[in-house]
Amino acid sequence: MNVAIFILFGLLCLGGAMNLLLQRHPINSALSLIVVMSSLAVLYLLLGAEFLALAQIIVYSGAIMVLFVFVIMLLNAGEEERTHGSRAAYLAGIPGVLALFTVLASTFLTLRISFGGTRLGSFLVTTGDLSRVLFRNLLLPFEVTSVLILVAILGAVVLARKEH
Amino acid sequence: MTVPIVWYLILSAALFCIGIGGFLIKRNIITIFMSIELMLNAVNLAFVTFANHWHQVSGQIFVFFVMVVAAAEAAVGLAIIISLFRSRNTLNVDQIDLMKL
Repeated sequence: MNVAIFILFGLLCLGGAMNLLLQRHPINSALSLIVVMSSLAVLYLLLGAEFLALAQIIVYSGAIMVLFVFVIMLLNAGEEERTHGSRAAYLAGIPGVLALFTVLASTFLTLRISFGGTRLGSFLVTTGDLSRVLFRNLLLPFEVTSVLILVAILGAVVLARKEH
Repeated sequence: MTVPIVWYLILSAALFCIGIGGFLIKRNIITIFMSIELMLNAVNLAFVTFANHWHQVSGQIFVFFVMVVAAAEAAVGLAIIISLFRSRNTLNVDQIDLMKL
Protein backbone atom coordinates (compact mmCIF):
# COMPACT_ATOMS: atom_id res chain seq x y z
CA MET A 1 0.00 0.00 0.00
CA ASN A 2 2.78 2.43 1.02
CA VAL A 3 4.90 1.43 -1.97
CA ALA A 4 1.95 1.79 -4.34
CA ILE A 5 1.20 5.32 -3.09
CA PHE A 6 4.87 6.28 -3.27
CA ILE A 7 5.29 4.96 -6.82
CA LEU A 8 2.06 6.60 -8.03
CA PHE A 9 2.84 10.05 -6.64
CA GLY A 10 6.59 9.80 -7.28
CA LEU A 11 5.91 9.14 -10.95
CA LEU A 12 3.39 11.99 -10.97
CA CYS A 13 6.15 14.24 -9.55
CA LEU A 14 8.70 13.20 -12.14
CA GLY A 15 6.16 13.41 -14.98
CA GLY A 16 5.09 16.90 -13.92
CA ALA A 17 8.70 18.05 -13.64
CA MET A 18 9.56 16.65 -17.10
CA ASN A 19 6.42 18.28 -18.50
CA LEU A 20 7.57 21.61 -17.01
CA LEU A 21 10.80 21.18 -18.96
CA LEU A 22 9.19 20.13 -22.26
CA GLN A 23 6.24 22.53 -22.51
CA ARG A 24 6.91 25.72 -24.43
CA HIS A 25 4.04 27.80 -23.04
CA PRO A 26 4.67 29.16 -19.50
CA ILE A 27 1.07 28.57 -18.36
CA ASN A 28 1.43 24.83 -19.12
CA SER A 29 4.69 24.78 -17.16
CA ALA A 30 2.97 26.52 -14.23
CA LEU A 31 0.11 24.00 -14.20
CA SER A 32 2.54 21.04 -14.26
CA LEU A 33 4.46 22.62 -11.39
CA ILE A 34 1.17 22.64 -9.41
CA VAL A 35 0.91 18.88 -10.08
CA VAL A 36 4.47 18.38 -8.79
CA MET A 37 3.82 20.39 -5.61
CA SER A 38 0.51 18.67 -4.83
CA SER A 39 2.06 15.20 -5.26
CA LEU A 40 4.93 16.27 -3.00
CA ALA A 41 2.31 17.14 -0.37
CA VAL A 42 1.06 13.53 -0.51
CA LEU A 43 4.65 12.28 -0.10
CA TYR A 44 5.08 14.56 2.95
CA LEU A 45 1.94 13.01 4.42
CA LEU A 46 3.45 9.56 3.76
CA LEU A 47 6.58 10.68 5.66
CA GLY A 48 4.47 11.79 8.63
CA ALA A 49 4.73 15.56 8.15
CA GLU A 50 1.06 16.45 8.33
CA PHE A 51 1.44 20.19 8.96
CA LEU A 52 3.96 20.57 6.13
CA ALA A 53 1.72 18.65 3.74
CA LEU A 54 -1.11 21.13 4.30
CA ALA A 55 1.29 24.11 4.27
CA GLN A 56 2.67 22.81 0.96
CA ILE A 57 -0.83 22.78 -0.55
CA ILE A 58 -1.80 26.18 0.87
CA VAL A 59 1.47 28.10 0.47
CA TYR A 60 3.11 26.50 -2.56
CA SER A 61 0.40 25.16 -4.85
CA GLY A 62 -2.00 27.80 -3.55
CA ALA A 63 -0.41 31.18 -2.94
CA ILE A 64 2.89 31.05 -4.84
CA MET A 65 1.52 29.38 -7.96
CA VAL A 66 -1.47 31.75 -8.04
CA LEU A 67 1.10 34.56 -8.06
CA PHE A 68 2.93 32.90 -10.97
CA VAL A 69 -0.26 32.36 -12.99
CA PHE A 70 -1.28 35.97 -12.24
CA VAL A 71 2.01 37.32 -13.59
CA ILE A 72 1.86 35.08 -16.68
CA MET A 73 -1.63 36.38 -17.47
CA LEU A 74 -0.73 39.98 -16.56
CA LEU A 75 2.29 40.05 -18.89
CA ASN A 76 0.37 38.07 -21.54
CA ALA A 77 3.32 35.70 -21.85
CA GLY A 78 3.10 33.75 -25.08
CA GLU A 79 5.03 30.76 -26.34
CA GLU A 80 8.73 30.69 -25.71
CA GLU A 81 10.84 31.97 -28.58
CA ARG A 82 13.32 29.47 -29.95
CA THR A 83 16.58 31.29 -29.49
CA HIS A 84 19.95 29.77 -28.92
CA GLY A 85 21.08 29.95 -25.33
CA SER A 86 24.68 30.13 -24.29
CA ARG A 87 26.77 27.25 -25.64
CA ALA A 88 28.48 26.82 -22.28
CA ALA A 89 25.10 25.91 -20.75
CA TYR A 90 24.63 23.08 -23.23
CA LEU A 91 28.23 21.86 -23.39
CA ALA A 92 29.06 21.95 -19.68
CA GLY A 93 25.64 22.23 -18.03
CA ILE A 94 23.77 19.18 -19.29
CA PRO A 95 26.66 16.68 -18.75
CA GLY A 96 27.27 18.36 -15.38
CA VAL A 97 23.65 17.82 -14.35
CA LEU A 98 23.81 14.16 -15.42
CA ALA A 99 27.09 13.71 -13.52
CA LEU A 100 25.58 15.34 -10.41
CA PHE A 101 22.58 13.01 -10.56
CA THR A 102 24.82 9.97 -11.02
CA VAL A 103 27.00 10.93 -8.07
CA LEU A 104 24.00 11.62 -5.80
CA ALA A 105 22.14 8.45 -6.82
CA SER A 106 25.21 6.19 -6.45
CA THR A 107 26.02 7.72 -3.05
CA PHE A 108 22.47 7.10 -1.84
CA LEU A 109 22.44 3.56 -3.26
CA THR A 110 25.66 2.60 -1.47
CA LEU A 111 24.04 3.76 1.80
CA ARG A 112 20.72 2.00 1.20
CA ILE A 113 21.26 -0.74 3.80
CA SER A 114 21.96 1.70 6.63
CA PHE A 115 19.02 3.95 5.70
CA GLY A 116 16.43 1.19 5.83
CA GLY A 117 12.77 1.82 5.13
CA THR A 118 9.86 3.86 6.37
CA ARG A 119 6.12 3.51 6.34
CA LEU A 120 3.08 5.57 7.18
CA GLY A 121 2.85 6.15 10.94
CA SER A 122 6.42 5.15 11.84
CA PHE A 123 7.17 8.79 12.69
CA LEU A 124 4.29 11.26 12.92
CA VAL A 125 4.87 14.93 13.70
CA THR A 126 1.68 16.65 14.76
CA THR A 127 1.19 20.40 14.56
CA GLY A 128 1.59 20.48 18.35
CA ASP A 129 5.06 18.87 18.25
CA LEU A 130 6.16 21.24 15.52
CA SER A 131 4.88 24.37 17.24
CA ARG A 132 6.42 23.32 20.58
CA VAL A 133 9.90 23.39 19.01
CA LEU A 134 9.12 26.46 16.91
CA PHE A 135 7.83 28.64 19.73
CA ARG A 136 10.12 27.45 22.54
CA ASN A 137 13.54 27.07 20.90
CA LEU A 138 13.21 29.06 17.70
CA LEU A 139 11.06 32.04 18.65
CA LEU A 140 13.57 34.67 17.48
CA PRO A 141 14.05 33.20 13.94
CA PHE A 142 10.27 32.89 13.69
CA GLU A 143 9.82 36.59 14.50
CA VAL A 144 12.64 37.55 12.13
CA THR A 145 10.85 35.75 9.26
CA SER A 146 7.80 37.93 9.88
CA VAL A 147 10.02 41.00 9.41
CA LEU A 148 11.36 39.36 6.23
CA ILE A 149 7.82 38.89 4.91
CA LEU A 150 7.03 42.55 5.69
CA VAL A 151 10.14 43.71 3.81
CA ALA A 152 9.22 41.43 0.89
CA ILE A 153 5.71 42.90 0.72
CA LEU A 154 7.09 46.45 0.69
CA GLY A 155 9.72 45.50 -1.89
CA ALA A 156 7.16 43.88 -4.17
CA VAL A 157 4.89 46.93 -4.00
CA VAL A 158 7.76 49.35 -4.69
CA LEU A 159 9.18 47.28 -7.56
CA ALA A 160 5.89 46.59 -9.33
CA ARG A 161 4.55 50.14 -8.96
CA LYS A 162 4.02 52.15 -12.14
CA GLU A 163 6.58 54.91 -12.46
CA HIS A 164 5.36 58.42 -13.00
CA MET B 1 5.51 -3.07 3.41
CA THR B 2 8.01 -0.26 3.91
CA VAL B 3 9.26 2.23 1.35
CA PRO B 4 13.09 2.48 1.28
CA ILE B 5 14.32 5.93 2.40
CA VAL B 6 16.70 5.84 -0.58
CA TRP B 7 13.80 6.04 -3.03
CA TYR B 8 12.72 9.37 -1.56
CA LEU B 9 16.29 10.67 -1.73
CA ILE B 10 16.71 9.58 -5.35
CA LEU B 11 13.37 11.19 -6.25
CA SER B 12 14.58 14.37 -4.57
CA ALA B 13 17.88 14.27 -6.48
CA ALA B 14 16.02 13.68 -9.76
CA LEU B 15 13.69 16.64 -9.16
CA PHE B 16 16.67 18.84 -8.25
CA CYS B 17 18.52 17.85 -11.45
CA ILE B 18 15.42 18.43 -13.59
CA GLY B 19 15.23 21.88 -11.96
CA ILE B 20 18.85 22.64 -12.89
CA GLY B 21 18.18 21.39 -16.44
CA GLY B 22 15.16 23.68 -16.74
CA PHE B 23 17.21 26.59 -15.41
CA LEU B 24 19.81 25.97 -18.12
CA ILE B 25 17.71 25.26 -21.22
CA LYS B 26 14.59 27.39 -20.68
CA ARG B 27 14.54 30.81 -22.34
CA ASN B 28 11.48 32.34 -20.67
CA ILE B 29 12.35 34.15 -17.44
CA ILE B 30 9.13 33.05 -15.68
CA THR B 31 9.83 29.38 -16.48
CA ILE B 32 13.39 29.79 -15.21
CA PHE B 33 11.96 31.15 -11.97
CA MET B 34 9.62 28.14 -11.76
CA SER B 35 12.64 25.82 -12.15
CA ILE B 36 14.18 27.48 -9.08
CA GLU B 37 10.97 26.77 -7.13
CA LEU B 38 11.19 23.14 -8.29
CA MET B 39 14.75 22.91 -6.92
CA LEU B 40 13.60 24.36 -3.57
CA ASN B 41 10.85 21.75 -3.43
CA ALA B 42 13.32 18.94 -4.15
CA VAL B 43 15.52 20.05 -1.25
CA ASN B 44 12.44 20.25 0.99
CA LEU B 45 11.64 16.62 0.17
CA ALA B 46 15.17 15.61 1.20
CA PHE B 47 14.78 17.56 4.48
CA VAL B 48 11.47 15.85 5.32
CA THR B 49 12.92 12.44 4.42
CA PHE B 50 15.90 12.92 6.73
CA ALA B 51 13.61 14.26 9.49
CA ASN B 52 11.69 10.99 9.17
CA HIS B 53 14.84 8.90 9.17
CA TRP B 54 16.50 10.49 12.22
CA HIS B 55 13.16 11.03 14.04
CA GLN B 56 13.97 14.73 14.47
CA VAL B 57 11.48 17.60 14.22
CA SER B 58 14.16 20.14 13.28
CA GLY B 59 14.26 18.97 9.65
CA GLN B 60 10.61 19.88 9.28
CA ILE B 61 11.21 23.25 10.99
CA PHE B 62 13.83 23.92 8.32
CA VAL B 63 11.30 23.15 5.58
CA PHE B 64 8.90 25.59 7.25
CA PHE B 65 11.51 28.37 7.06
CA VAL B 66 12.38 27.46 3.45
CA MET B 67 8.69 27.83 2.58
CA VAL B 68 8.53 31.29 4.19
CA VAL B 69 11.67 32.47 2.40
CA ALA B 70 10.42 30.98 -0.90
CA ALA B 71 7.15 32.90 -0.57
CA ALA B 72 9.03 36.17 0.03
CA GLU B 73 11.43 35.39 -2.81
CA ALA B 74 8.57 34.62 -5.23
CA ALA B 75 6.82 37.92 -4.42
CA VAL B 76 9.95 40.03 -4.92
CA GLY B 77 11.16 38.03 -7.95
CA LEU B 78 7.85 38.34 -9.77
CA ALA B 79 7.77 42.08 -9.02
CA ILE B 80 11.27 42.34 -10.57
CA ILE B 81 10.03 40.39 -13.63
CA ILE B 82 7.09 42.81 -13.99
CA SER B 83 9.31 45.90 -13.84
CA LEU B 84 11.78 44.22 -16.25
CA PHE B 85 8.97 43.55 -18.72
CA ARG B 86 7.86 47.20 -18.43
CA SER B 87 11.30 48.55 -19.27
CA ARG B 88 12.46 46.02 -21.93
CA ASN B 89 9.15 44.64 -23.22
CA THR B 90 10.41 41.07 -23.43
CA LEU B 91 10.55 37.95 -21.27
CA ASN B 92 13.31 36.24 -23.26
CA VAL B 93 16.52 36.01 -21.22
CA ASP B 94 18.67 36.22 -24.35
CA GLN B 95 17.43 39.75 -24.98
CA ILE B 96 18.03 40.89 -21.40
CA ASP B 97 21.80 41.11 -21.80
CA LEU B 98 22.69 44.66 -20.81
CA MET B 99 25.36 43.49 -18.37
CA LYS B 100 26.87 40.95 -20.78
CA LEU B 101 30.38 41.63 -22.05
